[in-house]
Parts: sequence; structure tokens; C-alpha cells
Amino acid sequence: MIDTVELAGKTPDQPQPWDELGLKADEYQRIRDILGRRPTNAELAMYSVMWSEHCSYKSSKVHLRQFGEKAPASDALLVGMGQNAGVVDIGHGYAITFKIESHNHPSYVEPYQGAATGVGGIVRDILAMGARPVAVMDSLRFGPLDADDTHRVLPGVVAGVGGYGNCLGLPNIGGEVVFDPSYAANPLVNALCVGVMKHEDIHLANATGVGNKVVLFGARTGGDGIGGASILASESFDDSKPSKRPAVQVGDPFMEKVLIECCLELFEARVVEAIQDLGAAGISCATSELASNGDGGMYVQLEKVLLRDPSLTPGEIMMSESQERMMGVVTPENLDAFLAITARWDVETAVIGEVTGTGRLIIDWHGETIVDVDPRTVAHDGPVYERPFARPEWQDELQAAGPEGLARPAGGDELRGTLLRLLGSPNLASKSWITDQYDRYVLGNTVLAQPEDAGVLRIDEETGLGVAIATDGNGRYAKLDPYTGAQLALAEAYRNVATTGARPLAVTDGLNFGSPEDPAVMWQFAEAIRGLADGCQALGTPVTGGNVSLYNQTGDTAILPTAIVGVLGVLDDVARRTPQGFRESGQVVYLLGETRDEFGGSEWAWAEHGHLGGRPPSVDLAAERELAEILVNASRDGLIDAAHDLSDGGLAVALVESVLRYGVGARVWVPDGVDPFVFLFSESQARAIVAVPRSEEVRFTDMCSARRFAHQRIGVVDDGGELDVQGLFTVPVEELRTAHESTLASAFEG
Amino acid sequence: MRIGVVTFPGSLDDRDAARAVRVAGGEAVSLWHGDADLHGVDGVVLPGGFSYGDYLRCGAIARFAPVMERVVDAARGGLPVLGICNGFQILCESHLLPGALIRNDHRKFVCRDQPLRVESVSTAWTSGYAAGQEIVIPLKNGEGGYVADERMLDELEAEGRVVLRYVGDNPNGSYRDIAGVTNARGNVVGLMPHPEHAVESLTGPGTDGLGFFTSVLEGLVRS
Repeated sequence: MIDTVELAGKTPDQPQPWDELGLKADEYQRIRDILGRRPTNAELAMYSVMWSEHCSYKSSKVHLRQFGEKAPASDALLVGMGQNAGVVDIGHGYAITFKIESHNHPSYVEPYQGAATGVGGIVRDILAMGARPVAVMDSLRFGPLDADDTHRVLPGVVAGVGGYGNCLGLPNIGGEVVFDPSYAANPLVNALCVGVMKHEDIHLANATGVGNKVVLFGARTGGDGIGGASILASESFDDSKPSKRPAVQVGDPFMEKVLIECCLELFEARVVEAIQDLGAAGISCATSELASNGDGGMYVQLEKVLLRDPSLTPGEIMMSESQERMMGVVTPENLDAFLAITARWDVETAVIGEVTGTGRLIIDWHGETIVDVDPRTVAHDGPVYERPFARPEWQDELQAAGPEGLARPAGGDELRGTLLRLLGSPNLASKSWITDQYDRYVLGNTVLAQPEDAGVLRIDEETGLGVAIATDGNGRYAKLDPYTGAQLALAEAYRNVATTGARPLAVTDGLNFGSPEDPAVMWQFAEAIRGLADGCQALGTPVTGGNVSLYNQTGDTAILPTAIVGVLGVLDDVARRTPQGFRESGQVVYLLGETRDEFGGSEWAWAEHGHLGGRPPSVDLAAERELAEILVNASRDGLIDAAHDLSDGGLAVALVESVLRYGVGARVWVPDGVDPFVFLFSESQARAIVAVPRSEEVRFTDMCSARRFAHQRIGVVDDGGELDVQGLFTVPVEELRTAHESTLASAFEG
Repeated sequence: MRIGVVTFPGSLDDRDAARAVRVAGGEAVSLWHGDADLHGVDGVVLPGGFSYGDYLRCGAIARFAPVMERVVDAARGGLPVLGICNGFQILCESHLLPGALIRNDHRKFVCRDQPLRVESVSTAWTSGYAAGQEIVIPLKNGEGGYVADERMLDELEAEGRVVLRYVGDNPNGSYRDIAGVTNARGNVVGLMPHPEHAVESLTGPGTDGLGFFTSVLEGLVRS
């Protein structure tokens, strides 16, 4: 028997499965108070998913406000937080929309589909804004490379990201992969999508215009992904519960590719008022968000939804997270034209309801009302928690246990050995085994892609206008100091974008943490947000939107606090971009920035000693800004031919990466009075190396001097086929390549 | 000169192929999978992608698209046809070219800048290259292993119908390192690598792929 609103009014004491749906007792009571009766099963399903951590941001909301409160003044922001994705003006009438989204829990349960649908979901968010998706990136975190489960999870995730993105025809232009024991049962799969549109094509997902039709189109609704947001993404894993595999969605990239082209044609023909993608919480989310962002009322006949499985109950239909579905709002006059376009693309479409002025979201099932709610109470008035947070007791101890006592390599042979081991360590090793499984060429506008510092895309063939995007996030730094760690993630992504010659404009973030019910985790989260918001203010790059993923922990062990930061920059002419690799023999190598003895949280301490303690490298955002100015101006004026940012593994690793790109050689010398180990491996921030043609050397150094920015001549590019650190050691390029490139291939092919 | 580029549902590199035609100096004409005629084009490119999702067998469904009936007829009449990646798979499924493409021997998708040797320059699409010329263009596929029976492979070799061969490591297990083949007449060419991604040095590994498009345009001008 179907549970109707009428029945709910008559049977107030009927027991309901709110606990199994992930609601707390007080949340259930609050729903009863709002409705003045018990919810129907369908209403309960709807509130349970929309009030889940994943959809409602109930633990994070109070902290995320800082991104708005501290947002720097920026002319570039066209649409800010709160919509499907933020929109940034890049000039010439073009706008970029970009955002990171997580699909962590599903990717652990079912790596291929979890990762694939993570890509699919963020692509639909971008599409819903009216933009053509033009590229994706992925930030991945796994357990130790040699752990058995990593060999189950990683190949599946990589195949899923590739399988979906490749089949969708979106180039994958960058991202990162990091291994750490804390991610062992909690891998992170964060996907970023970039979309392009003209200013006048921006669409907001609002249901306005009484009498307009509500249309559901794309794939049919099935039984997959039921409870994905509430059950899967909003709880920690626990061995005692049954398998959560059925809560993972299954993707169909072909359907999504057709849906992209179909939606873009609908927008172009101006026959659709708004499009909302169906992701977490499916129809529950799309109807309540569209209605509460618009005129506030909607009437839906749920039996009109096209089903893959006719046995689904109304509650299941409302909660299903079947992929590749979109909801459109269409005026009655445009409906025929709308249907003609979806028919041309063979996209199944059903008119399921209309916009009303009642202020209520009413859903009927074969003539009986099963939902009658104020949509705002579902979409926007969910619970807000001021979770207690406290600096953990172990934080002092962790910061006190610095890397100062660790044995350091001395002399040429030991330094050489250290370099080769670091190059092959899982975090610093080449990721080409992974990235070679991604299409980086499709659409024909990829100017730079991994392993470059940032992905660079041409946006306009006429003017050469382009964008650069980089993602970064160092969980070890953030564990030592979450405030600083979040700023270091921002600083690195900002620097990476500037390294290619692009002017950084805006930020998206993927915040991945453990359980918000643990005060120590909540403190990490609060500190990271405070750090990131302050950092964005200092750098003048507003946060445009992003994603929070909590409950990334198993038992009492949380993941490293992992704030992944994506920075978008603009290049007025992509032909001026600066690549990473050294190419021309005779060019002079300069080190920009100050090098200090900073090894807390470093890759050296971790890879060589298994040590994590002390303080992360210090942040100097003013210096980052100055360095970015130098790199952007040098690129524009043609003063440098290559640039590479210094980060994990320090100068030595950056030099090797620049040498390996085109297989040249380099001679480098350690400046007088500098400790060679610190010079080669310190992870001090706000630094980069550049290759300067001799003809431009004076102009370049004059610019650095005028800006009082530290710059040291440390070497020259040559074609000798080796990296020679003078007076210390020499390594042939082929030996460097073998050390760098064999780790992942032998781990997964061996 | 007008070169048609077919879009099937799931085609991905159709815009790139059209751009390559334009960069080479031709006019690109969009053809839709449901079209019943070829709009008078002088040549056709079947681009890369995953037509109809390729859930059955790559190219197996695209072969039955209405536009393919016209393409097959016109190809038999001598119209230059180039099949790239999924387009190559469709040409094999349509029996315009011999052999088949199977899953890569390492069972992964591979994307890389691929060195190739041009083995035959007596086709409509490779006449602008020098015989034996080595070029680098992107390769990106999951099912690019070229297979045919020994007799057919011997026949292709004997008739000079192997158009391209992989140089260095064989990236997918293709028999005899074959990357592309042609029909007896030389007007239909299929290859797994993507010449349309190597027509501008800004966005490709170089411009080695441009020759496919300039070859056909020059051939049309001469005739």
C-alpha cells in the first residue's frame, strides 16, 4: 500500500525507518514539527537524503561561510558559491565555470563505477550552468603502493576515470596522485571539470514561471545508487554493516556524451529556461532545489517518470541516483521544440510536472498525494551543527618531533643515492603509467597537460585566449598544521598556474576530512577553512565553489586532513605559455626565491625515514604573489623558455623533471656557503626554476632585481645527456629516467 | 574542396577532424549519421570516438547508420574516405577494409605520442609523404590491436597496402606492427593513430599529421 499524505495524517504513530535512512532522532522529530504530522515514506526518503551530510553540509556550513565573508574583491566573479558551480569572467565575452567534486566512498566500494560516476557527476554540474565541458582533472589519494588493497582500488579508479572521461571526449589535463597509509581504506577520488561559455549563456538552476513544464530527460530511472548520499557518503566505514555496493551508481558515458550535446543544443536554441542535473539524492534534490531557488512551487506526477525497473516504489524513485539524467524547466510554447531536439538525439523525455505559485512541492503517485512540503525546508533549512572542535592533544607532540635529528646524506655519493631513491619513491615517481590511460588530446585545444605544472587549454582560436588550471593538496603538511597546510595547497596551485604564464583568478576546493563527530577532525577542518579563506583573501583569488567530503575514516583513524585546491588562471595568448622542460642547450638556469632549512612534512623525511613531524614549510603569500608576477611577466615578454615550480622533493626533483621532459642535460652548481643537502632537497615555498635564453638574461635579472626578488644563477642547460651537480655527483639522463618511470609500471604490471 | 566529417552519436574527434580539414585549407562539412546523402562532398572522414557507445563491438552498430550506406557506395566508386581510430573500426566492420581491431594486448587504454613509418604513399591520404618517412602523431585507444589472418596479412604486404607501421615498441599488439591499411584502389585508408591531433604545433606533438589532409586536398585539385 502506498503511504499517502492523507494516511500519514491518520497514522501518526506508525514506526518509520529514520535510523536506517541515516537520520538522527532529533532530525526526525524536526521533520515532524515542520510538517505538523509524520512524514510519508516518500517525504522521509526525501528529507533523509537532502539533510544528509553530503547534501546539506550541516557540519561544515558554519565554517564555509568564511569563503564569502573573507572573499577578496574581484571583478572576475560572475556567479559565486551556491549554484551548481561558480563562473569566472576571462575576457573577450568568455566565461569559465569549474568545480571539484568528491566521489570517495563509492570509489572504495566499487572503484571503477565509483570513479567513473564521479567524473560524470561533476561534468553534469558544469553542463547545467550552460557551459560546454572542455576538460577534466583528477586528484587521487591511495593507501601505500605496496598494499594489497591499493592493487584492487587504484587500477579500478584509474580505469574508471579514464573509461568515463575518454568515452565522453573530455581531455584529462592534470591532477595529482599521492600515496599514504591513512588513505588505505579511504581512497580519495576528487574530479574537477572545466566548462566554457559566453557571458550571455550562463544559466541558473531556478524553476520560475508559473505554468512552465518540468521535464525529466536522459537515462531512465533505476534502482542503482539508492541512498548513495545518505548511507554511503555520510558515514564512516564499519565492518559490522552489510555491503554498501548497491548504493553505488553505474555509469553510461555514451548516454552522458549524447546528453551533453543535446543540452547544449537546447540552450543554443533557447528552448529551455533552466536545467538541473540529477546527482546525489536524484529527483528529491532536483525538484526541491529547482523549486526553492525559483518561485517556490512545483507539482509533479511521479508515475510519469520513465523507469528501468517498474517494481520501484515511489520512495525509491525519489532517492535513486541513476546517472545521466537532467531536469529541465520549459515554457509551454517551447515544449514542442524542446521535444524535437531531445528526439533528434534519441534522448528519452517525460513531462512530469509544472511550476506552480503555491509555495509547496506536491508530488502525486497515481492521483494520490505522497509529498506535500515547503521545498525550502528540504533544500535549504536542513539542520546546521556547531560541532565541537578542539585542538588534539597530540598536536604539540607532533610539532615538537621535528626532522632535525634525522640522519642527512653527506657527500656526493650519498646525495646521489638519495636523489635516485626519492625519484623512484611512490609520491615523486612519474605517474605516466596512470596518465597514459587518459586521452589528453581530444577537442584539440590542449596546450599543456600532465606532467606539466598546470593544464593549459586554448579557449578561443581567434585571439589565443586560454586558461590554466592546477590542483594541489599536501595532507602531510596539513596534519602538522592544518591552517598553514591549506594555505600551502593554495600557494602551490597558485604557483603552478603562474609557472605556465597564467594570471591566477579564482579557486575551487575539495575538502576531504575524517568524521566531523570527532572534535580533533573538526578542528582540522575549521583551521583548514580559516587558512584557505585567509589565503584566498591575501592572494586576491575568491573561492567560487567546491565540495566537502567528511567521514573519510575507518574506525578511529581519520585520513590526513586533505584540502585539495584548484586554481584557475588566464593567459591572454596561449602561444606564450611556458612549458616545464629544458630544451635549448646553453640557456641559463635560475633559482627564484629563498631556500631555507625546511624539512618538516617533506617527502625526504617521509620516504627516507618514514618520519612525519615538526612544522611544515613557512608560507609567504606576498612572496608567492611577487613570484607569480615575475613568472607571468617573463612569459608575456618572452624572457624565459621553461619554468618549473619547486615543491615536493625540492630543487633536485624539479631539475630532474625539467631535464627528463625533452631528454637534455644540465650542469648545476651549489652556491658558496650553502649546504648542498638543503639546497637540493628543502621544500621551501615561493620558489621556481627557470631557463633563460642568454640574450634575455640581463632583462630577466633586471626585472627580478627591480622587484627585489631573490634570484640565483645555478646552472646551464646542455646536451651532455646527464645531470651534473658540480663537485658532488653526476647521473646519466637514462638512469634518472629509469629511476623515475619504473616504479608504478613495475608495481602494477609486475 | 569540401570534406565531410561524419558525426555519429558518441563521435568525439569530429570537431578536431573538421579543424584539421580547415587548417589544411579545405572546407569541412558536417554530416549526420542519419543523413541519406553526402551533400556532394569530395571526401569523407570518419572520426574517432565511441560511436553508439561501442558497447557491442567497436564500430559494429555505426556500420548500419543510414549515412554509411552512402559512404560505402561512394567509397566503392572511388571517393576518398579516411577512418581514424573508431572510424577505422567502422571501415573494417563495413568490409571496406580487411581485418579487425581488438582490445590492446595489455588491456589498458593508451594515449601517447607515437612514432610511425609511412609505408605506402600511393593512397589518396598519404601521397604527400615520402616513402619510409618517420612521423610522430598521437595514438589513443583501448581497442587498437590490428588482426587479420596470415594470408590476408601476406596479401596486404605484397600489394603494398600496409600504409603505416608502428616504430619502436608495439603499443597494442597489432600484427606485424600495422597501424593503418588501405583498400586495393588506395582511396580508403584506416588508421588507429590520430593525424587530426597533430596539425598545429601548439596543441599537438608537431604537425606531422597535416599531410593526410593536404594529400587528399592536393589529389582532388590535380584530378
